[in-house]
Amino acid sequence: MTSSERTDIVVIGSGFGGAIAAYHLAAGGARVVVLERGPWLSSEEFEHDFMLGSSSTRIFEFVAGEGMSVLGGNCVGGGSVVYFATMPRAPRFIFERRGSIGSRMWPAAITRDTLDPWYDRVVEALPVSKQEWSEVTYPGGLWAAACHHAGHTANPVPVAIDTAKCTNCNWMMAGCRFDAKRSLLQNYLPAAISHGAHIRPMHEVQQLSRTADGNYRVHYSIIDDEDYRVQTGSGTIDAKIVVLAAGAGATPVILQRSEASLGAMPAAVGRYFSGNGERLNTAVLDEDKVRDVLGLSRPGGKAYAANQIGRGPSVACWDRLDASLPEYSRFSLEQLFFPPGLGTILAQAPTAAGPAWFGAEKKEMLRHWSSWLTIFTMSEDDNEGVFGPPPPSGNAMRISQQMLGQSTLRYTPTQNTLRGWAEADAAVKDILERDGLARVMPWTNDVVGAYTVHPLASCRIGDDPATSALDDRHELRNHPGIFVTDGSAVPGALTVNPALTIAALAERAIPGIVRAAQQRGVPVRYGAPSPESAASGGSHVAARQAA
Amino acid sequence: MRSDTQNDDQYRTRTLEAYADTFVPGAKRSPDDRAVAGAAAGPGAVAAGALELLEMPATGVADGLDDLVRTLNGHAHTYAAEHGLAIDAPVPPFVALSFADRTAVVRALIAPGHPEKDIWILVALFCFMAFDTAAHMHTVDAIAAGHPGLTAMGFAKPDADGLWRFPDYSYGRQLASLHPDTTPAGDPA
Repeated sequence: MTSSERTDIVVIGSGFGGAIAAYHLAAGGARVVVLERGPWLSSEEFEHDFMLGSSSTRIFEFVAGEGMSVLGGNCVGGGSVVYFATMPRAPRFIFERRGSIGSRMWPAAITRDTLDPWYDRVVEALPVSKQEWSEVTYPGGLWAAACHHAGHTANPVPVAIDTAKCTNCNWMMAGCRFDAKRSLLQNYLPAAISHGAHIRPMHEVQQLSRTADGNYRVHYSIIDDEDYRVQTGSGTIDAKIVVLAAGAGATPVILQRSEASLGAMPAAVGRYFSGNGERLNTAVLDEDKVRDVLGLSRPGGKAYAANQIGRGPSVACWDRLDASLPEYSRFSLEQLFFPPGLGTILAQAPTAAGPAWFGAEKKEMLRHWSSWLTIFTMSEDDNEGVFGPPPPSGNAMRISQQMLGQSTLRYTPTQNTLRGWAEADAAVKDILERDGLARVMPWTNDVVGAYTVHPLASCRIGDDPATSALDDRHELRNHPGIFVTDGSAVPGALTVNPALTIAALAERAIPGIVRAAQQRGVPVRYGAPSPESAASGGSHVAARQAA
Repeated sequence: MRSDTQNDDQYRTRTLEAYADTFVPGAKRSPDDRAVAGAAAGPGAVAAGALELLEMPATGVADGLDDLVRTLNGHAHTYAAEHGLAIDAPVPPFVALSFADRTAVVRALIAPGHPEKDIWILVALFCFMAFDTAAHMHTVDAIAAGHPGLTAMGFAKPDADGLWRFPDYSYGRQLASLHPDTTPAGDPA
């Protein structure tokens, strides 16, 4: 008989939800092991390369479900390594949303006011900073000028980027080579390691079970370094507390698979998935009009032709984040860059008479790629996503060696969601087609369904056990000692980029997790300072642990 | 035997080329080029390396290409029969179709609800990626070799160390009024 390894706390996933928990619990004195399904890369391994097998496919996942594709991180640091580091707080009205359940979705204990101190902690830790107009990229500036021309306001978005180090290379989704992006590899994770947390990459958790002494047993597979379809080993670790933070596309799947051993899961596990109401429009700008109508020009004479230049989103229009508007009619419109491939295939040729996303007219659109501007809608969807029975392993059936997979998520947008998207599309068109500036089309949803880079709510907090899997302390109902701290805990769409809210909720959940650990005899205290003081910057992660 | 194998290879290659060319069409490589229909000027997905990418083990589709070729030609044959079109052997049925007819076959296969949609979309995505990203090559090599897709898109060249930097990146001035409910930290209120 082989004995299982033991520790105090196992954290599943190393994105915001996992890294924040790992830091505080390790700093408080607990023995912490972090299991991460993806690889552990340091700055010099982040490549400017689209070739399959480079960092852009090693650390990123694209999983297609029925009606919804989910894009996310697959590496130590999770989403923070591949994200655009856009970090606004959610607007006040979001916390009052009723969504599909007819009553307030958020726990009574959480409002913007009660979450603000937790937002503050994350802002200090990463840190997050305001962008000056002098730092706004060409695409962001163009979007601002177009909004202004159409009578709208536009804001530089708060970011977790050291703009002094940033080269505006726009390779953020392959990991930041220049240590400019303040991912978790720069703050919470090195701080957790310095307090003794162990991070194990390529360890994919499949399920949880109970041990005879009332603890949890975490079952994992070891994933091949190159071909993620291959499992090279397996093992278990026993822990008194499990913090589940595998991401909204994976956390509910692990719990579904654990149902046979742990017993029935709350009804909301794997339901109420939200894609954050996301949608994209791509415009092809008329360079002459950019100069003549907006008065923009670059050194050297070009008006724009700068689609490739920048660092993801830089400017957003928040005019529709208006609490007085009805639910589902509120959205932000944020300028964005996706690299070719992800950022080009679903875009549709605005004037196409034939097929719009492929064929001769699409090819002609690609010829004007440098004059593209992509606008990202984040709206209020209806939490209509539901996960089917779990696949044999992981969160999806892996198709390619890396990156591509097929999940059991089903998402059929309701009329509410569709109306919000239509209103957002119309707003983008009104702004960008004014005076012939550009021609605009939304991306097609016919190819891979709708899509989101911000999956949420598939295992959410709430006050009503019928519609929330977690209580307001993030503990899984009827399964004490299991906490969920990732995007799946967020009750619904936020109308803005959610990373800061996910992180703030994780910070807020920590005191409760510490108390639960103490009650199980773990010698842990709450009260560690901001991890910034413990981390020494981006190069810190180069001193990786031997797994 | 050898000749049969060569014929099989040709059959497979030409069919896959015609499929890729339907998504990102290109100019004919020679006057007697049948697989590339010539529906657009300049190189398309085939010249960009679609077949090289599809054959990479990393895609996960390489082992299934023979089946796909057979299935696609079956669909083309059915389409031709339904529309009273003569299939002109010896080219594969899909290759024998005009660009418009190939497009019609493809549109049916990738339409929401078609039982084979997922696999045809997957192969199409790789055909696109060959053109848009040259995912079968290191990007710096692709740029140095004048990769047709990246070149057509105007993808910028990297610095000498193979990394991209854009020191000129901002109009450098305020271009809109801020939302009146912006907090001092720059957040929505």
